[in-house]
Amino acid sequence: MDYSQFLYMRDEISLIAVIVILFFADLFLCADRKEGQPSKILTVIPSLALFLQTIYVMVGISPDLQAEAFGGMYQTNGMMSVVKAILNIGTIIVFLMANGWMARSENTLKRGEFYLLTLCTLLGMYFMVSAGHFLMFFIGLELASIPMTALIAFTKNHQESAEAAAKYILTALFSSGLLLYGISLLYGTCGTLYFNDIAPLLSDCNWMQTTALVLFISGIGFKISLVPFHLWTADTYQGAPTTVTGYLSVISKGAAAFVLFVILAKVFAPLMEAWNTIMMWLIVLSITIANIFAVRQNNIKRFMAFSAISQAGYLVLGVMSCTAQGMTALVYYLFVYLVANLGVFLIINVTEQNSEKVLISDYNGFYETNPKLSFIMTLCLFSLAGIPPFAGFFSKFFIFMAAFKAGFPILVFIALVNTVISLYYYLLIVKAMYINKSKSPIATFQSDKCSLAGIALCALGVVLAGILSQVYEYINAFSYGL
Amino acid sequence: MDYTYTILILLLPFLSFLVLGLAGKWLSHRTAGLFGTSVLGIVTAMSYYTAFTYFTADRINDVFPTLVPYNFTWLPFFDGNLHFDLGIMLDPISVMMLIVISTVSLMVHIYSFGYMHGERGFQRYYAYLSLFTMSMLGLVVATNIFQMYMFWELVGVCSYLLIGFYYHLKPAVAASKKAFIVTRFADLGFLIGILIYGYYTGSFSFDFTNTAVYLNGAQPGVEEGFSKAIAGAGFILPTALFLMFIGGAGKSAMFPLHIWLPDAMEGPTPVSALIHAATMVVAGVFQVARMFPLWIQYAPETLHVVAWIGAFTAFYAAAVACAQSDIKRVLAFSTISQIAFMMVALGVCLPENGFTDNHASLGYMASMFHLFTHAMFKATLFLCAGCIIHAVHSNEMAYMGGMRKYMPITHITFLIACLAISGIPPFSGFFSKDEILVAAFEYSAVMGWIMAGIAGMTAFYMFRLYYGIFWGTENKEYHEKHVPHESPAVMTVPLIILTIITLTVGWCLPGSFGSYISATGTPYHIHLNWEVAGTSIAIALCAIVLATWMYARSTQPVADKLQATLPQLHKWAYHRFYLDEVYQFVTHRIIFAYVSRPIAWFDRHIIDGFFNFLAWGTHTLSYNIRTFQSGRIQQYALVFLWGVIVLLIILLIP
Repeated sequence: MDYSQFLYMRDEISLIAVIVILFFADLFLCADRKEGQPSKILTVIPSLALFLQTIYVMVGISPDLQAEAFGGMYQTNGMMSVVKAILNIGTIIVFLMANGWMARSENTLKRGEFYLLTLCTLLGMYFMVSAGHFLMFFIGLELASIPMTALIAFTKNHQESAEAAAKYILTALFSSGLLLYGISLLYGTCGTLYFNDIAPLLSDCNWMQTTALVLFISGIGFKISLVPFHLWTADTYQGAPTTVTGYLSVISKGAAAFVLFVILAKVFAPLMEAWNTIMMWLIVLSITIANIFAVRQNNIKRFMAFSAISQAGYLVLGVMSCTAQGMTALVYYLFVYLVANLGVFLIINVTEQNSEKVLISDYNGFYETNPKLSFIMTLCLFSLAGIPPFAGFFSKFFIFMAAFKAGFPILVFIALVNTVISLYYYLLIVKAMYINKSKSPIATFQSDKCSLAGIALCALGVVLAGILSQVYEYINAFSYGL
Repeated sequence: MDYTYTILILLLPFLSFLVLGLAGKWLSHRTAGLFGTSVLGIVTAMSYYTAFTYFTADRINDVFPTLVPYNFTWLPFFDGNLHFDLGIMLDPISVMMLIVISTVSLMVHIYSFGYMHGERGFQRYYAYLSLFTMSMLGLVVATNIFQMYMFWELVGVCSYLLIGFYYHLKPAVAASKKAFIVTRFADLGFLIGILIYGYYTGSFSFDFTNTAVYLNGAQPGVEEGFSKAIAGAGFILPTALFLMFIGGAGKSAMFPLHIWLPDAMEGPTPVSALIHAATMVVAGVFQVARMFPLWIQYAPETLHVVAWIGAFTAFYAAAVACAQSDIKRVLAFSTISQIAFMMVALGVCLPENGFTDNHASLGYMASMFHLFTHAMFKATLFLCAGCIIHAVHSNEMAYMGGMRKYMPITHITFLIACLAISGIPPFSGFFSKDEILVAAFEYSAVMGWIMAGIAGMTAFYMFRLYYGIFWGTENKEYHEKHVPHESPAVMTVPLIILTIITLTVGWCLPGSFGSYISATGTPYHIHLNWEVAGTSIAIALCAIVLATWMYARSTQPVADKLQATLPQLHKWAYHRFYLDEVYQFVTHRIIFAYVSRPIAWFDRHIIDGFFNFLAWGTHTLSYNIRTFQSGRIQQYALVFLWGVIVLLIILLIP
């Protein structure tokens, strides 16, 4: 065996190294600590390590990168590294968000676990993104799911958190079962699970392969939370700790959407007509139904869950075309959505940490007491709604353009009508903050420094990612299609 | 010579705007004013340095080279070579404009120290002045028509902000809105013109060598016949240029788009001097001069239309100016009339075998020369008017008269500026106006005599104004209550500086103005045409004598009798021939009633109705399907499974 193949997995190996170091740091530094004196080191090390890891990944990005290892089990290229880098950036922001929460006394003992679990899910996503074999893909998926359950149940003494985790794991098991069944059908008809080998063996008229396709899409649709595989989302988002919800809504979703693109383009290309039909229905349903539900929510986390479902619909709109342009649009959308959504979650999180309030009606009069936070929240919401000149407008524009060019004008039209509805409910929050009056608004508070740094990053991203065309051009340089 | 530093000429005033605009609250009036003024002093010094090095540098092929020291492609388009650029272009006229703008702006900055002393919003005032200066400088150094348009709109905004500076006064607010709406309406023409121009010529640049190539169809990769046929048919380019001129006519207050300028006098007087006399209002003239190579080669007939519009405006404004009693309004109409002179000068240029020729296009030089001299003496007049208003606290001539005793410096500078605008040698106005008249006579005798007559009217109404303020009946009762006094030095020094420029610029320049600026760029030596010069001096002197006879004494029997015999004419002229009322009628009674109201109804009922329906529908639907999200995990799994099954059915059953 040629051990130099491991070098292709530089991203994963470095992440594993980080995890192992953290594991031991958690074990030993935790034991050394005196009672009642939480050391900060356990929150600093993971963030720092992840930061270095991100730089390491970003340095490794190059357009020439195109490699397969272990007979095609593992594959990597420039775009995959870009996606990993984006996931890393998102995770860093989540860590910044978590800092205040982790400093609380009830979390002193479990602090290391949070970072370990998060990084494990991240590792799972790395494997998912770089998989070249369905087994590898499945292992990545499970590695991303199971620690996630632990994260959701992180505040296990809260009934809501435990319930959310239970719902998540049960639905995840169910979907994994169906996904495995699909993979087994594929193996049965093709005799192989390598991505490279399956494509030539697929045909339109084999009903077992079509079933496999549907089961695969439903399995990954669960991760992206597309309607009708989305029902767990609202309950889980509401029950999970806010930091975890933020992580769940962006990082794991983004990775899954990218993998969906890669596998549909690479493996299921011969069945393009079939999956186009399915995806079209899923997208229309996701965007529309999520919008309809979002209008009625009062819990802001639950509201963000429906918003996330709807955004996921837009995200996978980039999959439809399966062209290089579609891939650029998808990854760019992912990036822009990541900053805007995490920006909103950061603010929800600091508000919750400081006032324990999570209802939209609690935000009435928020502008009076916390004008700067409301302003940035507004920027992020505008970006999510796709109002120019914020980045969200451009990302939606590119997604629509890619789908339009691929020949789905009706789909684009429906999506456009839905942006109007989404504008309505995003503005409801803006209205609550600026216009609605409240007798007891959330008191003025000082956010912790890490959250502020995260918020500043997100605000910058929301404004700059749209104006600087370099971001899009950069992603475009790595893009490839069917 | 490296001119890259010229970017600072734009950046410094902008920086000053940011500092004064954002941090003005925390600055004292004194610091804010000093900061703005000193930044502008640096800008002025740089402009003079630029002009000096530019004009003393060697000519290339007998022409001052057009330099682009700074350029940045802002928005490239996906296909073709069309792009929006931002940059700095130095050529004789833009360098000249740098001088004009920075000089007048600096004078106004200094003057405002005294004039705006103790006003509320002093810092805001200086911030706007800086922003205006930046925009106006950006307009003249633009490398392409689109950049010019951007800065064009910016100066429009600044004009709006400064006219409405006293935003607590109702007339000021109305005037600022009027100015903005009228000029913005005209700018629509400008924008359409730019788009047509860009579409057919494939370029926005002021470097017209490519345009010519394009129009001749020699551009590779362009469907040759197409653009050539249409543009060559002589329709598109004249249309585009005329549409751009409409924008210019709005800014430069050509009839019938002039209505905003007299009202704009509601702003602080130094602002009127800077924006509404010397710089922004000549932007239209500058624009025509900028596009001049195209006008003269491809649209000479349309250019003559511009000349006639200018001639009519000059006459109309001069006639109205004779009957106004508010001193700032007289000056405003005088400005309109003088700008129209510049337009006429550009319009009477003749193409010599389809090309520019210094002699046939004498008007180009004359226009730019007049722009320069007019900026100086009209700024003087406005600043004097500011001193007078400062002293008597009124704009009406009825409160003035006999002011020469109280305000000697203002009196002398005002007199010199009046002589200059009337075209009496050796003041600057004589030289530039004379060139305009020569150009007009070259074009046609009719045009020549009309312009000479209007020049006479100019002398008449200016001296009417002069005598009305400084001689004539003194309003003793008012002056005793309220003794007028000469302004402080900070206000009179700018007056004196501008007057010195007015006194000397006609004959003191090394070489003559034509050796710096001419239609083709090669030096053109002005030699006075004494036939025309003599006539114009004679007419001007007659008009001055007439004005002296009518208005210099303490009683004015002739003027009163004239007014009594022709009451209708006086009333019409006083009311500016009721043009504002015509506009009022057209907009309110016709456009608002028959166009806007139906559109408003459509918007309120159909468009809003659709969106309300969308919101209502969403709400109702979500209420009805809320049980779908029940919280029961077994139901979730069931829905999941059903989803899979339905998708399978869709796919497998054809």
